[in-house]
Amino acid sequence: MTEELIIAGFGGQGVLSLGKILAYSGIMQNQEVSWMPSYGPEMRGGTANVTVILSDERISSPYLKLFDTAIILNQQSMDKFENTVKPGGVLLYDPNGITIHPKRKDITIYQIDASNLASDMGNKKVYNMIIMGAYLKVKPVVQLENVTEGLKKSLPERYHKLIPLNIDAIQKGMDNILTVNELAILS
Amino acid sequence: MKTLDIIKPENLVYKRTELMTDNTLSYCPGCGHGTAHKLVMEVIEEMGIVEDTVGVAPVGCSVLAYEFMDIDMQQAAHGRAPAVATAIARTWPNKYVFTYQGDGDLAAIGTAETIHACNRGENIVIIFVNNGIYGMTGGQMAPTTLPGMPSSTSPYGRDTCSTGSPLKITELVANLPGVYNVSRHAVHTHKHVRKAKKAILKGFQDTRLRKGLTLIEIVSNCNSGWKMQPRQSNEWMEENMFPFYELGDIKVDGKMINKK
Amino acid sequence: MAEIKLMKGNEALAEAAIRAGVDAYFGYPITPQSEVIEYLMMEQPEKTTGMVVLQAESEVAAINMVYGAAGAGKRVMTSSSSPGISLKQEGISYMAGAELPAVIVNVVRGGPGLGTIQPSQADYFQSVKGGGHGDYKLYVLAPASVQEMADHVEDAFEMAFKYRTPVLILSDGVIGQMMEKVQFKEFKPRWTDDEIYQLHGNWATTGKKKGRERNIITSLDLKSEKMEGRVHRLMKKYAQMEEEDLRFETIKCEDAEYLIVAYGSSARIAQKTVDLARAKGIKVGLLRPITLFPFPKKQLMEFTKQVKGILSVELSMGQMVEDVRLAVEHKVPVEHFGRTGGIIHTPEEILDALQQKLIKN
Repeated sequence: MTEELIIAGFGGQGVLSLGKILAYSGIMQNQEVSWMPSYGPEMRGGTANVTVILSDERISSPYLKLFDTAIILNQQSMDKFENTVKPGGVLLYDPNGITIHPKRKDITIYQIDASNLASDMGNKKVYNMIIMGAYLKVKPVVQLENVTEGLKKSLPERYHKLIPLNIDAIQKGMDNILTVNELAILS
Repeated sequence: MKTLDIIKPENLVYKRTELMTDNTLSYCPGCGHGTAHKLVMEVIEEMGIVEDTVGVAPVGCSVLAYEFMDIDMQQAAHGRAPAVATAIARTWPNKYVFTYQGDGDLAAIGTAETIHACNRGENIVIIFVNNGIYGMTGGQMAPTTLPGMPSSTSPYGRDTCSTGSPLKITELVANLPGVYNVSRHAVHTHKHVRKAKKAILKGFQDTRLRKGLTLIEIVSNCNSGWKMQPRQSNEWMEENMFPFYELGDIKVDGKMINKK
Repeated sequence: MAEIKLMKGNEALAEAAIRAGVDAYFGYPITPQSEVIEYLMMEQPEKTTGMVVLQAESEVAAINMVYGAAGAGKRVMTSSSSPGISLKQEGISYMAGAELPAVIVNVVRGGPGLGTIQPSQADYFQSVKGGGHGDYKLYVLAPASVQEMADHVEDAFEMAFKYRTPVLILSDGVIGQMMEKVQFKEFKPRWTDDEIYQLHGNWATTGKKKGRERNIITSLDLKSEKMEGRVHRLMKKYAQMEEEDLRFETIKCEDAEYLIVAYGSSARIAQKTVDLARAKGIKVGLLRPITLFPFPKKQLMEFTKQVKGILSVELSMGQMVEDVRLAVEHKVPVEHFGRTGGIIHTPEEILDALQQKLIKN
């Protein structure tokens, strides 16, 4: 198994930490992992993206042109990354703030209304874990118990009390993902 | 009386410190560097700390200080002696570390290293020899060159309108909290030599107590660079340098000395 | 088995430094390597191993602090990124001349000038040809993973003290900023004062002990004959490095008809190109120099008997390619491919270049 994933959105949406938790979860089930951020002056409000690779084999390039999955959380990222999904791949996006929706027919497209779901949960910080849930629903690359372990590893001890809330958010994401364009149905 | 009768221990009135090597000094006859070297070595010898002392030589006339001082020494890049000394003092906190620098090295190219080592209060002694000129490269203008004073790069005299005024870096760093002792001395008379040595001794003792940095400026002559006879250069120094670079204590035990 | 951690290359390097018994780190912040000093400041090794960590007033001051501590027999290092490494070149030249052991890390970003903060490998010439003024070279290690960012710290210190010379770890923004699995070696204690007197008392400025000559650290020889002798001494070391401490890795080269030569992040990317090419039936292998000086010249010459062409891949407009050409003496075509300015080439781009420049059908 090799999963090549890009997560892209605004800084402050938890893009990098979502990638980090995924990578740690991968380690928990003995996978090889790499996490390659777009680094730079982009802080809150700017654009941020991270390439995460989970694999059973040694990872060669941490930097890729094409991805199995793209998780897209703002319009700029949609413009940039829609066409980087491999044919047959997956595009998961939050429709909030998206004016030009993805048009590809050769990939499967899902929506997760994570912004509103996070507001409903009363804690905007769980936004990225709702995304995580939606992602794991369609790409169960890591098991939920390993995500719990991954959270423990990547969060400072003082935040461990928030892990159950994060798991709830993942569940919320799993329950609320919408299929926009099911490749299997279309083809 | 024969020579052999004279050279008996009981007749000994002066002995050169053993911490000066037998190498011939590379300094011009009449230059103050030799005396300044000797004072530092005498202090180290008298304190019995040679096994725990590391010196740092600059770039400039005293670049070869390690040829004359019989102690462990490092030769630093131009202006960087305080950074080099910082690292030695930090990684060997039980050693005595000093730099020996001229005015071009300390107050021009090395200004940043000087100010920041002072500001961090490194436990080092800085011996700063100020002769108002670049000696080694042949008498060019230094940051400390006096207004109107000729040099090979200010042949018509230093024009402060275009080159700024002489930099009193000693007074400047005295204001920094990390600096514990600052004083200005000369080494051209017995009286001045004794005072300078006392200040150097106190500086070494205080770094041992981890009190912070001691900077000792020695206003000296450069008869070659100034194009003067040695005696004439000392007179010129007294008449011109001392009124501008006033001798005496500037900061003692962390307290500024108010001269007014 | 040591615990597996997920860390950035920069952080792994910093942790490895603490564990390698390093006595001091002197640095100055610059993107993309600031995590090194940030990590060290957060960990406070001064309280555990006694390692000194100091943020200097400039890269110039930092490298001269390295000079001072190295000259006093300590294990000392600094890190920076391209513009900062340019500032350090004077100090590095002095250290090469004064024969001081130390480790310098360059997490390369794009240039020239202030350039970009994005990854690059355009400091190759500066790294392997000297960098500062004068006749000298550095032993240059090029990590290609977070694990190597950690492992190369101890390797670099071993070489630094073996040859009493500055060693460069030439990384880049990809390797510094990416996170991967890493496992650390056991803690290695710092040398005690007595160990330093014993190991380095014959050259380091640790205070002149009774019965020995004074130790002098200098790169100055005003007599030309002496200076020439000093340079010859350096050259002997470099020759010995080529004999004893060359490092490289070959991947899928056994049946290769084309060879890619790449180091650091480019080697990782090109490794995927090898797989893409082989999926298309093109037999490509990868030679990854782990040391850039010494350079695997003889090995490259050997490959000229086997391959039809060589593609040098680097995040620059073509620097290492010159050394590849020198090594193979025109026996096979050698081409360069690389993006620059902070753009990272993709495995697919490299494959396209290989096909267009060497295979041509």
